[in-house]
Amino acid sequence: MSTTGPRTLFDKIWDSHVVERLPDGTCILYIDRHLVHEVTSPQAFEGLRMAGRKVRRPDATIAVADHNIPTTDRRLGIKEEDSRIQVETLERNVREFGVPYIPILDVRQGIVHIIGPELGLSLPGMTIVCGDSHTSTHGAMGALAFGIGTSEVEHVLATQTLLQRPAKNMQVRVDGALGFGATAKDIVLAIIGRIGTAGGTGHVIEYAGETIRALDMAGRMTVSNMTIEAGARAGLIAPDETTFAYIKGREYAPKGEAFDHAVAYWRTLPSDPGAHYDTTVVLNAGDIAPMVTWGTNPGAVVPITGAVPDPSTAKDEAERAQMQRMLEYMALTPGTRMQDVPVDVVFIGSCTNGRIEDIRAAAAVARGRKVAANVQALVVPGSGLVKQQAEQEGLDRILLEAGFEWREPCCSMCLGMNPDKLTRGQRCASTSNRNFEGRQGPGGRTHLLSPAMAAAAAVTGRLTDVRELG
Amino acid sequence: MQAFTSLTAVAAPLPLANVDTDKIIPARFLKTIKRSGLGVHLFDTLRFDPDGNERPDFVLNQEPFRHAQILIAHENFGCGSSREHAPWALLDFGIRCVIAPDFGDIFFNNSFKNGILPVRLPRAICDQLIEDAKLGGNARLTVDLGRQVIVRPSGEEIRFEIDPFRKHLLLHGLDDIGQTLQHVASIDAYERKRQTGQAWIPAISVS
Repeated sequence: MSTTGPRTLFDKIWDSHVVERLPDGTCILYIDRHLVHEVTSPQAFEGLRMAGRKVRRPDATIAVADHNIPTTDRRLGIKEEDSRIQVETLERNVREFGVPYIPILDVRQGIVHIIGPELGLSLPGMTIVCGDSHTSTHGAMGALAFGIGTSEVEHVLATQTLLQRPAKNMQVRVDGALGFGATAKDIVLAIIGRIGTAGGTGHVIEYAGETIRALDMAGRMTVSNMTIEAGARAGLIAPDETTFAYIKGREYAPKGEAFDHAVAYWRTLPSDPGAHYDTTVVLNAGDIAPMVTWGTNPGAVVPITGAVPDPSTAKDEAERAQMQRMLEYMALTPGTRMQDVPVDVVFIGSCTNGRIEDIRAAAAVARGRKVAANVQALVVPGSGLVKQQAEQEGLDRILLEAGFEWREPCCSMCLGMNPDKLTRGQRCASTSNRNFEGRQGPGGRTHLLSPAMAAAAAVTGRLTDVRELG
Repeated sequence: MQAFTSLTAVAAPLPLANVDTDKIIPARFLKTIKRSGLGVHLFDTLRFDPDGNERPDFVLNQEPFRHAQILIAHENFGCGSSREHAPWALLDFGIRCVIAPDFGDIFFNNSFKNGILPVRLPRAICDQLIEDAKLGGNARLTVDLGRQVIVRPSGEEIRFEIDPFRKHLLLHGLDDIGQTLQHVASIDAYERKRQTGQAWIPAISVS
């Protein structure tokens, strides 16, 4: 699908990565970066081994363990046998196949979607894949980045390509200034609330508009990260001066003259004027309040000033039944003010909100306050470098003095594959990305919100409008 | 990969929207390094109570649906995580075909790689098929991939669309990697072309 007229950012990246277009339109698409973690790779390496195949481009591949790792002292090892076996299997596989690996005790270890941009591995114009749906995060760099299954992980390891058909283009434009207290997380929750959890299916979503342009890279990553929650595999944000300034000097970023050449190329990537989008959605930033989810998918979201919705307002019987089921699982009653909902646990972290900017936002709320009695509040930095930076800024001390727990970096309670889990019936204010039934632990109840809102919930013991804390 | 040609089987009705992959197989069961054996955990929280007892009201705990090879659901089936453990669990349980109005993109892809046929049909037709399925063992559906039709118990045929390349791979049980490696000369040529003028993509080595 080499387009001749004005092209979108997606079209340009796609066109430059087509190795061969097969007669039926399926393309062999070249992959520049393959990020690998311990959960979705063991069966892929096993497949290579059984077929006697090698990793085609170890130098375009990087592995890190992030899902199964404890957030307590790692020098003590991993207690759960199945988690330990999965990590040991990754370590054995990277040795056998010669894949670069960041060890657990290395300061650069962290959640794969935090460290890609942080280390300068994820760059504009690239194709980036990982056996993980939140690979959409890297789209904030202006890269075409999407999650794949384990069979495709094996396919990329063996061939450095994927068999793909081009996605449709969707533009989501956000214009205007964000109101006080509203953040990137609130933008993306508002978008999902608007277009629904399947609104982006079959599309790549390009985020545009002055509100997106004004976001820092951390905010852009938060937005692009949750693209998959709107059904689209990839989000994209055009690279600009903010992007280039972020990349410059990072460990794996091009240096010197190579960097200048790269920037010159990256400047050609933004969508051309008049480029075609199959769908366009426009939001006004001024309408976006701090948001919080009430149900068990990220589209079940309301402003913090709102109330638990009433299934009798559903548009049809199917929607009514689904709302009813969500309310039962969440143990919520229609009409209850969201701010009257008490919480047991607060989780600040994940590939959505585990960056230094997120920790700063939480610490700004926590400073001089105390975590409410009976609330457990966890802060889990997204990487060792984020943790180090936070400690240099004294954020760990502010959080610890307020009664938050300061943990080691990994995916943690976003999906509870390590010991950090909700127990049955516990209610959590979480900065993560999914509020699915049982996501944070069997029977656990999740309310998604921003880091500042999570910290506010920690100090009051209930969902709270951070704007009213003063 | 097991080929998919035609299947005549009991279909289980699961009239739920947004069945995410966490629901199909919760994260705590992803700590495996194998593909097999996940069927016992399929739909774990829907199928079992907190003590591990079967929930009698869940469809796959009822006869004849324990032996269903077709599943019919509502919108956005398989949304969420990219975990291929979801199709692995379905396959291990015995499900070879899922029919729904639409699917999560990654789940949709992953299904084909495992010999599972995901069929997109409008919601109203899915609801008709769900009514058929509720009749149980005497109301088998036939899914004929070659002819691209679903045959209802009444004999009525419903046509479905499928990408021709995927159909070809599935009908013959062909491995994607083997297909792509037939084009290895193109990949070599692409890499040579990119080496010139693409110095901005540094090689990775961890020191």
